[in-house]
Amino acid sequence: MSAIDAAAGPRLRRRGRRADDVAGLGRVRAGVFVAPALALIGLFLVFPAVWTIYLGMTNYRLTGLAAANPEFVGLDNFASALTDDAFWHSLWLTLIFVLVSGVIGQTLLGFSIAWALRHVRGWAKSVIETLVLAAWVVPASVASFLWLALLDRRTGTLNALLGTEGTAWLIEYPMVSIIVFNVWVGTAFSMLLFSSALAAVPPSQMESARMVGAGSWQQLRDVVLPNIRGHILTNTLLITLWTFNTFTPYLLTAGGPRDESSILAVYIYTTAIPGGQLGMGAAISLIMLGINLVIALGYLRVARAASGGSK
Amino acid sequence: MRRKLAAIIAGTATAALLLGACGNDGSDDPTDGGSEGSDGPVTLTITLNAIAGGKNAAEAAWIEDWVIPEFEAAMAADGTDVTVVFEPQGVDDEDYKTKISLDLQSGGGADIIGMDGIWVGEFAEAGYIQPLSAVGGSAVEEWEGWDQISDAVQNALSFNGERYGIPQGADGRVLYFNKDLFAAAGLPEDWQPTSWEEVLDAGRALAESGVAIPLQINAGTAMGEATTMQGLLPLLVGTGAEVYRDDQWIGGTDELRDVLEFYRTIYVDEQLGDAVLQQEAAGRDTSFAQFAAGEIGILLEGDYFWRSVINPAEGVGTAPMTNRDEVVGYTRIPAQEPGSGINGQDFVSMSGGTGRVLNPNSDNPELAWELLAFMNSAEAYEARAVDGLNITPRADVNAELLASDPMLTFVSDEVLPITAYRPGLAAYPEVSLALQEATEAVVAGDPVDDALANYADAVAGIVGEENVDNG
Repeated sequence: MSAIDAAAGPRLRRRGRRADDVAGLGRVRAGVFVAPALALIGLFLVFPAVWTIYLGMTNYRLTGLAAANPEFVGLDNFASALTDDAFWHSLWLTLIFVLVSGVIGQTLLGFSIAWALRHVRGWAKSVIETLVLAAWVVPASVASFLWLALLDRRTGTLNALLGTEGTAWLIEYPMVSIIVFNVWVGTAFSMLLFSSALAAVPPSQMESARMVGAGSWQQLRDVVLPNIRGHILTNTLLITLWTFNTFTPYLLTAGGPRDESSILAVYIYTTAIPGGQLGMGAAISLIMLGINLVIALGYLRVARAASGGSK
Repeated sequence: MRRKLAAIIAGTATAALLLGACGNDGSDDPTDGGSEGSDGPVTLTITLNAIAGGKNAAEAAWIEDWVIPEFEAAMAADGTDVTVVFEPQGVDDEDYKTKISLDLQSGGGADIIGMDGIWVGEFAEAGYIQPLSAVGGSAVEEWEGWDQISDAVQNALSFNGERYGIPQGADGRVLYFNKDLFAAAGLPEDWQPTSWEEVLDAGRALAESGVAIPLQINAGTAMGEATTMQGLLPLLVGTGAEVYRDDQWIGGTDELRDVLEFYRTIYVDEQLGDAVLQQEAAGRDTSFAQFAAGEIGILLEGDYFWRSVINPAEGVGTAPMTNRDEVVGYTRIPAQEPGSGINGQDFVSMSGGTGRVLNPNSDNPELAWELLAFMNSAEAYEARAVDGLNITPRADVNAELLASDPMLTFVSDEVLPITAYRPGLAAYPEVSLALQEATEAVVAGDPVDDALANYADAVAGIVGEENVDNG
């Protein structure tokens, strides 16, 4: 112990000058503490990412000659992905999916439930929250099986309820089906987040608003929304990223029929694994990663601007 | 002090994580340590797309109830302690292919792997599998079974003139029809159409008599290779064309256009078939169930459908028909017109075949070969036949057993002589997918010309423009 102290001595002395070393560990000891974490990140995050970049520049395949001896093809995969209609089609479907099911569907529905429940107490609130949460908690494989049973063409519950016997929902309305499914799955998160956000709105401000005669809508617009702006941003960021990356719709439609519900994550899977084009799949994955980064940076910038403005 | 404690906890947690990660990194093969010549017990594993209570249940039962106990007993008698483990699968062929290619790619997988003969080329090129002699040693060439298996059948599991596995037999495609529905529509019980038009006529008669799905011919990508094998290719050879001939792949030719037009007539123009069914994820299983329920009039399928899917025997079929022998008729697939098929034939079919290969990653390749040879002995096929007959690869067994099943005799005598085979080339599965996409487009209502043009582009992209015959 004393040996370590002695070694760290000179750095400890510098502590007074360096305000950012609040823990007082010194660089070496701090480094030792982070090293295992960095090693893990390097091994399981950075290395696969770099490996994906490499794979994306080869014609590597799951089977055949190119599996044994993949050739370096430079940026060919990226070029052919970016000039492929199927890729743009998939990206377009993904945008619709994210906007409608994530940003609009989950956020609005989650907020509406939270808003509607804010004065409800007791068993009614518990029941509704439990039901919404159940959709979030049930494993994706189980949930998709339930939905397959619900939407089945011949013996589906939905057809029995609506009297629309023989309607193959997953084939005739594939995008609508996976959008509704995703709203159902993800609403719980928004609901929980907005519930706690609404609880944090200062009652005094609400009271004042009511005193000057603000209606429900005016209270919402002028008091609640400005107070929970940060929550809305965080919620939208997380939901956008999750929805953008989700693979669960594959379990319902497998991207079909005829790629009509082939959102990007599904498109990558069908290209890389059943399609066998691992190199191409890696290239599209990288493009997807890039889009993710852009979304995240965009939100961070907005968030920073918003918090800067309120100071 | 608290900081130290936190450090210890963090350190331990990290170490545990790393250890856990490393633990997962090792081979998932339970056979390590069982190197040859050692005295410890040896474990051999078998993977097939067969599972008790599901797909190919009879085959799974044969492995569990006959192969494993008999082989273990025979080995024990020789003084070798062997445990055989069966790893069943019961999924679509495409998913099964994905699974075994990932197994082999990562250096794992079972010692004996069942696969479709048509995958052998691409797996061999990838280095995932090797010629049997290279894996199993000199015993392979000396095996008594080769003399019993015809060259055409051996070809199903060969690539570049080398045997990669032992085939499991021959199969053929026919038109199945429901005799009850035929009688109600005033059609003959011994129906034998001689042209596509006569097939359509029967479909129209069935439609008039109120049959919901008169005529179902596989199409679309959801059914995978079943679409090509039980749909497009039998029709294509009926026009006189083949998917690969004279070193050229078929492109946007008139023959292929005729096939796609036939699909359009069935599914779009006259709605004799259920187009939505062809796009459903479980469409093929559903078509089996609907045929068994008497809702489909005519269905193009392989002998697998007869001996496995609708087999009335207990625990064999996934859609058993207790009255199969009375109700289900079968007939040869006619060429487009009499004499328009390949080699000027009036009737056509397609054959493929599955087989079993040795995994080059096996720790005990020579023992694995012994097991594979054991599974392909005459005795083994006779035991297999107890739960359901199929056309075996062995001439000696066929001569003895086939006569007891009229359907398989029909396939063996009437269909195999006129059948055609897929090219055993690595590019075939990709071309096949492009063909499936063309049928899917037509069935979904796209104009035939568009589907044909898209297919021609796709196939040129796969094999190169210079290797495509655009007629």
